[in-house]
Amino acid sequence: MNPVISVRDLQKTFGSVVAARDINVDIPALQTVGIIGANGAGKTTFVNMITGHIKPTSGTISFAGKDVTGLPSRTICRMGISRSFQVAQIFPSLTVYENMCAAAAIARTNASVFRYALMPLLNEAAVSETEEAIDLFQLSKYRDAPAATLPQGVRKLLDIAMAVAGRPQVLLLDEPTSGISVEEKYDLMEIVMAALKSRKVTVLFVEHDMELVDRFAERVLAFYDGTVISDGSPAEVLGDPRVQELITGHALPRSGSVAHA
Amino acid sequence: MAGGKHILGGLLFVAAAAVGPFLPAWLISLLTIALASALVVLGLVLLWRAGLVSFGQALYYAIGAYAVALMMRWTGIHDAFLAVIIAAFAAALTAFFVGFLLARYREIFFAMLSLALSMILYGVLVKTEALGSTDGFNVSTPTFLGYAPHGFELTVALYWYALALGAIAAVIVGAYMRSVAGALAVPVRDNEIRVEYLGVSATRLIHLKLVIAGTLGGVGGAIAAMSISHVDPAMSYWTTSGGFVFITILAGAGSVAAAFIGSILFELVRTASVALMPGTWQLILGTVLLLTILFLPDGLGSLFTRRRKVAGESAQ
Repeated sequence: MNPVISVRDLQKTFGSVVAARDINVDIPALQTVGIIGANGAGKTTFVNMITGHIKPTSGTISFAGKDVTGLPSRTICRMGISRSFQVAQIFPSLTVYENMCAAAAIARTNASVFRYALMPLLNEAAVSETEEAIDLFQLSKYRDAPAATLPQGVRKLLDIAMAVAGRPQVLLLDEPTSGISVEEKYDLMEIVMAALKSRKVTVLFVEHDMELVDRFAERVLAFYDGTVISDGSPAEVLGDPRVQELITGHALPRSGSVAHA
Repeated sequence: MAGGKHILGGLLFVAAAAVGPFLPAWLISLLTIALASALVVLGLVLLWRAGLVSFGQALYYAIGAYAVALMMRWTGIHDAFLAVIIAAFAAALTAFFVGFLLARYREIFFAMLSLALSMILYGVLVKTEALGSTDGFNVSTPTFLGYAPHGFELTVALYWYALALGAIAAVIVGAYMRSVAGALAVPVRDNEIRVEYLGVSATRLIHLKLVIAGTLGGVGGAIAAMSISHVDPAMSYWTTSGGFVFITILAGAGSVAAAFIGSILFELVRTASVALMPGTWQLILGTVLLLTILFLPDGLGSLFTRRRKVAGESAQ
């Protein structure tokens, strides 16, 4: 089976700092991949390059056989790779329902801004899509709450729900559980993973909590010093002595959350 | 609910048109100028909702006004309908070109850059003797598809014309606000990253808003030029832009109707202030602005929405 995402010799340097190097990864469709590594190991850089947030210095990224290296994030998003962010990217002055409406309206049609000016925001299709997404991500309780007032975990859920409004094939989650209490983490991940499974999405998620990785990932990529040092099933990677020495053993907070830039 | 608003708006429009001939000439002229300002303010409201304040909307106002004046001067055609089309086109084209630059900026940089662009036009107009430099020049009497009124009849005709243009603009802007592009104003203001990662360019959306706002500004300028029968560089001066921003604060960004009410109120207060305190009329205007910001931070429009909210709560 052809991989949905194929990364070859990916490099990223910021001046003399090498943020990512020699990354070669193939992700088959519908796989759930956990990405681990200490702060500054290149996880977010990797996610940022795939989603077009930053351009790689060299190397190629293909998505479903098409080269997407260096394309604008907007284009990549329209092609089917979406993402959530470490800090939830939502619209604070709108309610949850309005947030989802905006996302559904944009996602439903890929049009120029001129056509958007002629398209009414609310039609039946958009409304039913919005309602369905709100149910799927269990946001009904917060439906009419302004997004600015939401608890951290719900913000993350909303961010992810908006990211999949466009029915992407691939979703990258950058630390979906950062800033969330230990008790809430599992509930959040259960909701997210169940929703993504039902939407048939290939998922890559950056995570610091190894128990979560062990539980939700089918495959784990361990990053160290800008490159992948271990790649395999959670048991293989978490049992790898190099991973234990360099990532999980120390320098990494086990559970509990550390937000970093 | 939108239907109810349209019916109310339609009734107000008919009432405003019907009382026209019975009003004193000075008041009709005042209302015509207020309608011209309201069009500019509608454009500012669109930008305001996306978090942008333009301190240079007089650029499009002046372009529209000069386009009308020059058309009449150079071609000898005095038709008010053609004049407005040409003014709208000239302003839209200007907005389209400066939009490539402006749409990339936000916040204070957007405000100052838009101000700078309008001041460039001011500088050019002041230095161009062919256009009368600081004095400007007179605008010929407009005709309406062959109908050539004079005196009081002309004043009323222009008022009706401005009223009709205002109504058309209100309907179009209202429809735009309910469109996908219009509804994305708050998302653009709140979080451009998410807008981009939903697959839409925030910059292009802002560019579109700039063109719509610029076109409205141009039409406003055209009405003003025909009503005052004169154009001069002060129409592009930053205090003119400031006046439009003043009305936008007074009206608030919440509703289309508020732009019209705000503009009329502004013209009335200004005229009354000048009559009461000729030397220091700005004092009254400033006080009004201060009180608005203190007691109605969301503008006049919030009076309606606030009352509706209270009514909704007591109904529950």
